[in-house]
Amino acid sequence: MADLVEQVLAKEIEKQANYKTIEVTKDIDLEIDEGNLLAVDTNPFDIRKYKSKRDVCLKDLARDNAQLLINRIFQLPTEKEDGVVVVKVPKARAFTKWEEYAQMKGIQNKKRSKMVWDEQTKEHSQGTENKKYDYRNIARVQQTKVPGVGLTPTDAPSKDHVSKALAVAKRSTASVGKFTDSLRKEKPSKFTGKKRKFEENYGNLKNETSKQLDILQKLKNKEPVVDVARAVNTQMMEENSESSGKTPNRGKSKGFGGGKKGKGGPKGSFKGGKGFKGGRGGKGGGGGRGGYTVASNFLRNLVYFYSK
Amino acid sequence: MVLQRIVKPKTQKGKRFLEGREPKVIESTKSAIFVKGGNTSITVTEALKELYILKKPNAVSYKRKNILRPFEDETPLEFFAKKSDAALFAFGCHSKKRPDNLILGRMFDFHVLDMFELGIEKFKSMYAMQGAKCNMGSKPCLLFCGEAFDQDAEHKRLKNLFIDFFRGPVISQVRLAGLEHVIQITSLDGKILLRNYKIMMKKSGSKTPRVELDDMGPSIDFVIRRTKLASDDLYKRSLRQPKTVKPRKRKNISQNAFGSKLGRIHMDKQDLGKLQTRKMKGLKKRKSAKSKDSVTQPKVVKETNGPPKAKRAKKTVE
Repeated sequence: MADLVEQVLAKEIEKQANYKTIEVTKDIDLEIDEGNLLAVDTNPFDIRKYKSKRDVCLKDLARDNAQLLINRIFQLPTEKEDGVVVVKVPKARAFTKWEEYAQMKGIQNKKRSKMVWDEQTKEHSQGTENKKYDYRNIARVQQTKVPGVGLTPTDAPSKDHVSKALAVAKRSTASVGKFTDSLRKEKPSKFTGKKRKFEENYGNLKNETSKQLDILQKLKNKEPVVDVARAVNTQMMEENSESSGKTPNRGKSKGFGGGKKGKGGPKGSFKGGKGFKGGRGGKGGGGGRGGYTVASNFLRNLVYFYSK
Repeated sequence: MVLQRIVKPKTQKGKRFLEGREPKVIESTKSAIFVKGGNTSITVTEALKELYILKKPNAVSYKRKNILRPFEDETPLEFFAKKSDAALFAFGCHSKKRPDNLILGRMFDFHVLDMFELGIEKFKSMYAMQGAKCNMGSKPCLLFCGEAFDQDAEHKRLKNLFIDFFRGPVISQVRLAGLEHVIQITSLDGKILLRNYKIMMKKSGSKTPRVELDDMGPSIDFVIRRTKLASDDLYKRSLRQPKTVKPRKRKNISQNAFGSKLGRIHMDKQDLGKLQTRKMKGLKKRKSAKSKDSVTQPKVVKETNGPPKAKRAKKTVE
């Protein structure tokens, strides 16, 4: 038995010796794309050798790389179709472990840096988006106006972008678009509107008189106009600050829509069951937390009342 | 500004023809046009002819001279590409300033995406080499060698262009015996070397054969002259694929080792308050308690423990 095994092994070794090897070793592994039958070798050359016997060296290199590619292709699972041995090649390169993980976690390691590599000048410079804000900042300090950067190319231009591009293109003639024909069903551009409106120099006396009279009316009527919502808001604030013993810090409130002062806040809170929503509005209105707590206190009282 | 009038096809055949030219979700194989310039040398003519042979089922060779300068005006070339429905082009010309000039490039949406002007320094025809040639239309193996193809931006794009140019049809399966052609492109001290070999598979004692190569030709040494590369955003746009091409992710479905399909489902926490238990007369809701204040009272408080007052208050504030 042992003899037989040895015999077979010896035969195998002898067989191997008759054939040339199919193994190739490389310092850097090749990038292989089986779908395109493509192999990329990034190993450096021995230039001196290539100078003396270039074509022979190139052929050897090609043989080694082709061998590696074919080794890989022959390892793929085979099938027989109409008596022909075929190999199913993978569509795209498989993801690496990290890429898979990054995709799962949604990691994008593309840094959106404010510095962008400029291919022409071969140095880093600010990107257009960043530059735009930079110009704007400078302009704000100097209190001057800057022209816009114009239209930057986008991947998928929106409808708005296209119409803006059209408006710009129409005006980009020597005569600032005075003689540009309009398209057949073109709508007037949104981006070239009139900026100011002046009264006519003569005519419409009626309008003018009514305007002047309005001003007089306001002067005569000395009672101030009451902003009810605001008044209620301040009232609530005061109550709240008294009860908590602190002064409300107006400056720090990060309310959403802080510009609108206390609109809607108190209105809702008096409606009982829906009071919470109203209370939230009050918070937005720069009233700090006052609106909210008062509203909820009010609610709690209401609930208490009902439960009795 | 006057809109170009779009002429609709009058016949079914014409309609079908135009549909064939339309952009597709999965594009058909790119074909190439081979155009001779106003003045060409023998080298350039032969190079064009032999590249045409390599590319053949997906290629159109223009027989007459066409006096164009793609780097000055690319519109005539775009016109030709549109006529022949080709995405790739090779243009050969010869002048004193630029002897044996070959311009390789590709189109996107029938506009030149990028093109490379390559000067032919050395040319060896496939007819000058003895030995067998590969069959027409066999998909070549592409080999790229040299660090430059991995580092230099221009070389990277050139590599991409060469792959696009020579790869042929996109396949899902390949016949093992049909692997017979190798195109090797090497970047060596500033030159681009194109070599063509025929594969001969020898026995190796294992399933995978031993590969031997035979010179097939043509062999061309190029130097890069002028280039026109697509801007990054145009290039990116040309790479974009419609959503329908990408397979949709199958969520929550898996298969175990035995091949049976497993689905994972997510359920809400069961509301034990609504659990139907044994019905008894004593536990029935009384009508009088329910109808009193239906606005503030939450509906389900029956079987929960804890003070009902607190519960109610919480409900309303929430």
